[in-house]
Amino acid sequence: MPDTQALVNDFISKLKKRKIEGSQATAKQTAELLRSVISQTRVPYTNQAAALIQSVKAVGERLIAANPVELAVGNVVRRVLHIIREEDLSLTTAAMAGLNLSAVSDDEDDADRDNQPVLSAAAIAAASRSTLRPPSLQTLLEDVPDSAAIPHTSSSGGDSEGKSKSADKSSRSRKLKHDVIEAVNELIQDISTCHEQIAEQAVEHIHQNEVILTLGSSRTVLEFLCAAKEKKRSFRVFVSEGAPRYQGHLLAKELVTRGLQTTLITDSAVFAMISRVNMVIVGAHAVMANGGVIAPVGVNMVALAAQKHAVPFVVLAGSHKLCPLYPHHPEVLLNELRSPSELLDFGEFSDCLDFGSGIGAPLLHVVNPTFDYVQPKLVSLFITDTGGHNPSYIGEMYRLFVVSARGEGMNFKSEIMRTNCIAEGNFFGKLEDRKSRFL
Amino acid sequence: MDTRRVSSAVPRVRQVGFFTPNTPAHQPAPTRSQSGPPTSDSPPLSDSPASNSLSPVMIPPPRHLSDNLGGRAYALPVPGRGNAGEHATVGSYNPSESVLWLESPPRSRIGDEELSEGTESSLGWYRRSNSAKVASSLPSGGFDLSQVKQPESVAAVEAKNPLPEKSEAQKEQASNPKSLKAKTTKAERRALQESQRAAKAASKAEANKSNAPGGAASSKPMKQPPQKKDGPPVASSVAASERGVDRPVEKERKKDLPPPRMQFDDESRVDKAKRRSLLNQPEARNRVELFRHLPPHKNGSQLPYLESKFFELHEMHPSVYKVGLQYLTGDTSGGNARCIAMLQAFQEAIRDYSTPPEKTLNRDLTSKIGGFVSFLIECRPLSMSMGNAIRFLKSRIARLPLTLSESEAKAALCSDIDRFINEKIVLADKVILRHAATKIRDGDVLLTYGSSCVVEMILLYAHEIGKQFRVVVVDSRPMLEGQKQLRRLVAKGLSCTYTQLNAISYVMHEVTRVFLGASSIFSNGTVYSRVGTASVAMVAHAFHVPVLVCCEAYKFHERVQLDSICFNELGDPDAVSKVPGREDVNYLDNLTDKQKENLQLLNLKYDATPSDYISVIVTDYGMIPPTSVPVIVREYRKEYLLI
Repeated sequence: MPDTQALVNDFISKLKKRKIEGSQATAKQTAELLRSVISQTRVPYTNQAAALIQSVKAVGERLIAANPVELAVGNVVRRVLHIIREEDLSLTTAAMAGLNLSAVSDDEDDADRDNQPVLSAAAIAAASRSTLRPPSLQTLLEDVPDSAAIPHTSSSGGDSEGKSKSADKSSRSRKLKHDVIEAVNELIQDISTCHEQIAEQAVEHIHQNEVILTLGSSRTVLEFLCAAKEKKRSFRVFVSEGAPRYQGHLLAKELVTRGLQTTLITDSAVFAMISRVNMVIVGAHAVMANGGVIAPVGVNMVALAAQKHAVPFVVLAGSHKLCPLYPHHPEVLLNELRSPSELLDFGEFSDCLDFGSGIGAPLLHVVNPTFDYVQPKLVSLFITDTGGHNPSYIGEMYRLFVVSARGEGMNFKSEIMRTNCIAEGNFFGKLEDRKSRFL
Repeated sequence: MDTRRVSSAVPRVRQVGFFTPNTPAHQPAPTRSQSGPPTSDSPPLSDSPASNSLSPVMIPPPRHLSDNLGGRAYALPVPGRGNAGEHATVGSYNPSESVLWLESPPRSRIGDEELSEGTESSLGWYRRSNSAKVASSLPSGGFDLSQVKQPESVAAVEAKNPLPEKSEAQKEQASNPKSLKAKTTKAERRALQESQRAAKAASKAEANKSNAPGGAASSKPMKQPPQKKDGPPVASSVAASERGVDRPVEKERKKDLPPPRMQFDDESRVDKAKRRSLLNQPEARNRVELFRHLPPHKNGSQLPYLESKFFELHEMHPSVYKVGLQYLTGDTSGGNARCIAMLQAFQEAIRDYSTPPEKTLNRDLTSKIGGFVSFLIECRPLSMSMGNAIRFLKSRIARLPLTLSESEAKAALCSDIDRFINEKIVLADKVILRHAATKIRDGDVLLTYGSSCVVEMILLYAHEIGKQFRVVVVDSRPMLEGQKQLRRLVAKGLSCTYTQLNAISYVMHEVTRVFLGASSIFSNGTVYSRVGTASVAMVAHAFHVPVLVCCEAYKFHERVQLDSICFNELGDPDAVSKVPGREDVNYLDNLTDKQKENLQLLNLKYDATPSDYISVIVTDYGMIPPTSVPVIVREYRKEYLLI
């Protein structure tokens, strides 16, 4: 236990200091941390899932609070919680199936007790349907009430079998943890391979002699372009440098190393060049539930220019970037102001920034935000590791592949609201600190 | 000068644009309707007495301009309505009202016709029209300046009467030496060409030198510095003297089109240009495919080479040479500053000019100026505004009366240049200040991009007259001009926010007005300005923030352009890859040759902002929508004739 605490604290301080760059790295490390948290959590005999959920939630809330702008953390925490619930559910349904079989075989003659197992079998069927697959039309129509809740209660409900199953139960608890860790491993695997899955689709979107514009640097974009290049497509790339971080230089270097014809332009030349561009491909920091995109600063300008010239604007995003939150004032609340020294030389302008002169506040303020919010209407297409999607479909997609059971959906809503509050509250606090002023 | 149009029946009056209420009262026209047309025509035709004494109507002595000329940076707004302000209203306020009078339908045909002739070739036309329909129909008005100097203007009015005869006499006088001259110059030219060929064979360097601008070669039509009418002025001045009454209008109309610019992907022409060029063109490696038609950037590293050539360039006047070097190194930048520097250098050169024997001042000086211009183009491509100024100067030279003595002609030209700088730039800016300041309210947040001197003056002026507002200075790499402006604004006590272009969507929420400068405005309303301006205007448009473009009318140009690619200027490509002051950004420092092969760096200097992003254009004629630019261009061209 103490070593997980240390790990968590270490990770939190890293998040706070913004030492971890990129949402993919953050997501991966978060998942790994949660995995170790889960493996270290001591599980009681009853209700192991709840214990796991509780410990993950406790850690998760702290992580989210450490960097509310890094939405990938929250996304991964939610995914892990979901995994725990799902594994729990599938275990209980399996157990119930076993129970039912035995119950049916034991009490053939008893007509009175015949009804209950049948009903629970139906519930199990419904539950399994709803957990494993997206809700079928049948379940939606039947609207089985609390199908997921029944297994929970019935798992402790067996009176005569209870004692005989207790040994079985302890093995089950170990099995739950094991299954959860397996699933989290899978999640980590997914996160680290989402590039390849996205890149696989490159040939479907990039044709010969295409001219592509991108801004800043994103590993997903790099892999995407290189995948198309490997398929012997020859095309040109305009890379906008993405001041003030100049990640575009990095991307340009990577691209020329891989033999792609690359032109590096300044951000100001984006509008001039966009009329000769066939497609804009950018990476995202996070994708909100309404299809809006949080992306490196400057992308909104590119998106507007692309819209003006009817150039498709494509956003590449791994599924760990999909966030169930709806953005509220995202330009401010989901943004972060970086150091003014990236824009202005302190040495040159120190005299303008003197608090002592005049009214006591410096005349000069410097604004250096990190992210831009791109409205969903400006996005033509999202390419995720599960395929291409319309912006209007993004929220739906998240629901489908993360929150499938209704009961959990309810749970998640409250969770979402909570994280939202944390995010906003924290952010206001932070804004005060980093008011973008010198000194 | 007032270009009020007066006709027998008062035409339907339409004002274009919006005007601040403090416009001076409209003066009744009658007296000037008499004096107007002749005075406007007098310089080329005027009889010797009037022209000998520098007709004060035409060429007013430089009023208060010497103090204003010093440099654009110092031409700061005068608080309150100072002396200069009053002058401003006299000099260029009135035109704002009167130039925009549109003709009534029957008139408009004449107007068109008149428009169709080049500014340079107006002389003959004026003679004809003058004799035909004197006061009533001429599309020209009296000068307001004539009110300033009333006694003289009366004299000028008196002088107008004998005009037709005078012009006839003059024509005869002119045509005789001219035909002679033409022959001699042709012979000369041929001789020079021969010598050139010989020299070329002897040594390349020699050839270069003798080819230097100002040589006879420069007046040949194949010479192609992009946007100046080199050939036409010479030709037209000849034509003007020989032109009969029935002159083919079609030809003139064709000439009116701006000549096609030099395309640098045309190899044969590039080769030719290279041979004549003073600078050794850098073999630009790996240029961007889309921009092969533009001249590659010449950086300051050429400076020592050019400096070493100083003593070989006999044709080049030192002041022009200095200005050229300043362009090359980027010491002088900004449309107005460059234009003023160029004009003042020409002024110097004209002062020191003496007509060589066997030549006429008109033609020799024109070709000389042409040589200067092509030198300046080699240092840095001209801006549109400079093209306009050069056109103005050439038309003035071409229309100098032949009867003027050399010193008089030089003085006339110098004061013309002074007047151009004063009225078209300095006073125009003052008028723009007034107009723009009315659009600033207390509590506004004004956004400006890069560094435009007009916008800076507006901000300072509004601050001086006590408006309370904040300024957001948006900047972009690689020029980072905004930083200098920021420093000046902060020093004056304005509250500023500084950010880079990428953060424009973030800051635009709080902005209430966007003020932009322009390098030029094309007649389709496209604003040609520092690269990034289009992005700013676009984001402002998306956020429903009004965009005000501040631009002097002399920068308007009759070209049209839709994108930023067909015409542009390339900057130093290496400036893109190097980020000064950021050691951590050095990804592109050590590339292998193979990597360099794939990497191209593009540093555009300008871009074209579509007119739909522009709410209003603030110009010295008032505030106009972008759709009215062609009207200004058309009217303004007429004014060239009148200046």
